[in-house]
Amino acid sequence: MIDGIDVLIMVIKVLVVFGFLLVSVLLTIWAERRIVALMQQRIGPNRVGPFGVLQGLADGIKLFFKEDVTPTNVDRSVYFLAPVAALLPAFLAFAVVPVGRGFHIGHRVITLHLVDLNVGILFFLAMGSLMVYGIVLAGWSSGSTYPLLGAVRSTAQMISYEIGMGLSVVSVVLWSGTLSTSGIVDAQSGTWFGFVPRWFIIPQLPALVMFLLGGLAETNRAPFDLPEAETELVGGYHTEYTGIKFAMFFLAEYLHVITTSALVVTLFLGGWRGPNILPFLGPLLFVGYFLAKLGLVIFLFMWARATIPRIRYDRLMHLGWKVLIPASLVWTMITAAMVVLPQEVNRTTLIVVVGIVFEVALIVWLARLTTTALRRGRLRRGDSHVV
Amino acid sequence: MILAATGPEIAFWGFAVVAGIAGFFVVGSRNVVHAALYLVGVLGSVGAIYIVLGAEFVGWVQILIYVGAIVVLLLFGIMLTKAPIGGVALDNNQRPVAFIVAATTFGGLTWIIWRTFGGTRIRLSPTRTAQIGNSLFTHFVLPFEAVSVLLLAALVGAIVLARRD
Amino acid sequence: MNLAWPLTLGALLFSIGVYGVLARRNAVLVLMSIELMLNAVNVNLVAFSTWIRETIAIGQIFALFVITIAAAEVGIGLAIVLLIFRNRETINIDEIDLLKW
Repeated sequence: MIDGIDVLIMVIKVLVVFGFLLVSVLLTIWAERRIVALMQQRIGPNRVGPFGVLQGLADGIKLFFKEDVTPTNVDRSVYFLAPVAALLPAFLAFAVVPVGRGFHIGHRVITLHLVDLNVGILFFLAMGSLMVYGIVLAGWSSGSTYPLLGAVRSTAQMISYEIGMGLSVVSVVLWSGTLSTSGIVDAQSGTWFGFVPRWFIIPQLPALVMFLLGGLAETNRAPFDLPEAETELVGGYHTEYTGIKFAMFFLAEYLHVITTSALVVTLFLGGWRGPNILPFLGPLLFVGYFLAKLGLVIFLFMWARATIPRIRYDRLMHLGWKVLIPASLVWTMITAAMVVLPQEVNRTTLIVVVGIVFEVALIVWLARLTTTALRRGRLRRGDSHVV
Repeated sequence: MILAATGPEIAFWGFAVVAGIAGFFVVGSRNVVHAALYLVGVLGSVGAIYIVLGAEFVGWVQILIYVGAIVVLLLFGIMLTKAPIGGVALDNNQRPVAFIVAATTFGGLTWIIWRTFGGTRIRLSPTRTAQIGNSLFTHFVLPFEAVSVLLLAALVGAIVLARRD
Repeated sequence: MNLAWPLTLGALLFSIGVYGVLARRNAVLVLMSIELMLNAVNVNLVAFSTWIRETIAIGQIFALFVITIAAAEVGIGLAIVLLIFRNRETINIDEIDLLKW
């Protein structure tokens, strides 16, 4: 039964996760600015604190004390609701991510996991699909053209990429045989040949690539940042927002990056698992593994932003509907076929081989798409209806 | 009514009240986008009620599909048609008739329900998701395939209807 | 819990939906009211599933089917609404009276 101490533990866990997310957002913003600056041969923020690490905090304080302007043309209640609607699901989604191995204090088991739902993955996808509300409501309630355009773009983009992303999750779920996030992490324990970890990145590499593509689009990050494309839409959905409400959108975007990366780690990189090389650290070592992997995936997001130019709207839709969805459907079917193969067939070897072939085919397809698009040069008039 | 309500019953009542009130606002709101948001309230509370009733999988699917996709699609339609969102009359002149019909429906249904199931108690316990999967792909595999064909037809139909050429 | 309470909630949502379908003239709002009615049916299905407790969870399966069909219905419905808006510049269903004279 639940007693007072359990409630206390739960409250502490919630507070720790909340604090962790806020601090990691600040660090991510700083790291992104530094890394992108490095890639572009600039210096980046280096004034506030050592190496400029407190820049995010300084920006936050500045935004907090800024005058809060509410334009006259807004729909007030929705205008105030939108930042909260953006922030809440991004926080909640992290609740199902297991961040480390459980340990004992006395006879009490402490799991490093806020809630272990039986359908954790479904919960995460549901929260991801709620993220779109913040953007849509912000864009609509601003009562201004550019935000509305950003909102329309965002709805179309989110709904399109959700399908591909969901299907790539489905193949992982089929392979591991469970919908619970902790179950998926458990399914990735052990090694092949004694040193290759049994992470799903190996049998499910195509799913990882498709999940990352979908994740980039779902988080509205470059090269899929069309809802806020500065050069086209001023600021997109948050054009009319200032001060603390703008800061909440900013926070929500980075939180979404962090939770999506955490899910990538959970689904494909073995979660918190790793060799127990420093036993005296106890559970801390595994939290460290999780954080290291998380940092790696977040770095991928930054790398994509610094490298790839923004994609055009019609190509975005083309990529989502005509490449990502068919490819993920085919891959889900392949995975399902592998799962029902008879026991004597070594299905892991088979799926790794098929996965590599699939991956090469996907990359060739994407490359051909890009080159034909380049060869065609300027778009034919009437070919695209930019919304 | 029994005063010693259990936790799930209190949760059910909370969500049911939210769903009912938000439902009234869906059909009463003078602004289309606000109506869509109240619809989110109804659908979310109903999803929570599924979870209270033990249908965990259906509950989260409800949030994922209904709240995350269907209402977003409706909002998309509202924004794309650029039709007047508020201020103009959203109702026709059949409101009294509609109210009488709806009230009669509610009264009749409630009367029948309480006559038939007034004393029936249910025990709340979660259904395992694996159970739903097993049943879906053994007993209901034919309806499942039929629904998938229906979805495909809807997809093709929507594209054919909406494309400009 | 008394089985009648979820069923009453279903009846309430259904009646609200009926009112909306009859009284609203904006096509998108009519679609929303239809969603309310479909949801009311789902509440009943899930409640009965909890009551009957058979191993194949037939009520929940049918709730899933209803959700799927609702998604298809909204997709087609919105496509039709868009088409009407493009041709007639209105989505008020009492002005779409081409078949009347």
